[in-house]
Amino acid sequence: MHSLTAKQKGTAGVADEVRIPINSEYDIVTARKIGRELAAQIGFSSAEQVAIATAISEIARNIVQFARHGEMSIGIVRQGDRRGIVIVARDEGPGIPDINLAMQDGYSTGGGLGLGLPGSKRMMDEFDIISTVGKGTKVTMKKWIRKNA
Amino acid sequence: MLVPILKQSNYLIASIQSELSDDDLLRLRENLVRQVSKFRSTGVIIDVTALDVMDSFATRTLRSIAHMVRLRGAETVIVGIQPEVAFAMVQLGLRLEDIATALDLEEGLAFLDRKTKGDGRRGG
Repeated sequence: MHSLTAKQKGTAGVADEVRIPINSEYDIVTARKIGRELAAQIGFSSAEQVAIATAISEIARNIVQFARHGEMSIGIVRQGDRRGIVIVARDEGPGIPDINLAMQDGYSTGGGLGLGLPGSKRMMDEFDIISTVGKGTKVTMKKWIRKNA
Repeated sequence: MLVPILKQSNYLIASIQSELSDDDLLRLRENLVRQVSKFRSTGVIIDVTALDVMDSFATRTLRSIAHMVRLRGAETVIVGIQPEVAFAMVQLGLRLEDIATALDLEEGLAFLDRKTKGDGRRGG
């Protein structure tokens, strides 16, 4: 048994992961379909499946729109006796200069509704975004299965 | 996947059959706006029962279809938004704003009949 440092914690227990290259709008449809199927498979309710697929759609569209190319991985995450879904989206695009601003409802630079990031955060249980201007963006989001559902 | 558009008397009915890419949605918009003019339609129904995701792009595109159709003097009603989809849309913060919605195709047709056949002219 090995101990985990704080930095390793995020990736602990990730298994059964599917990687999807995100290079065009068609990959958005593929990613959300895979996400929904996995969510159904591990026992999320149908409303939660739709929420997960919608969040995937928003985050994948950000990649296509701003970075053009990137990758999404969708997998099962376990923490103690909790199970959930983890989605990691990575790109090497232009990055987000002001994350706090980008996380505000209605703030948009891409001609959209400005709901993608804050809306996705509302639909998931955990949402992390790391972005460096000129280097890229990484979004990690998780949703846990409700025990008594 | 191309969305079939049926013409039924003065109405056009676009019935989405499967998940749509962004491109499919934009093509639907183009076809609908063109056909409203061609057939002098007074109403458009978009049936989204088969859609299990309505993200911000889909919502924005449907909204723009309704606005364009209105500029051509016709009414649009969106029918068949699934309960789970409605739930996710509200969580995401999406609104259809002034776009009419109805439970299903039947209700949508009834809505258009009231809207377009009532006094012959659409009110403000």
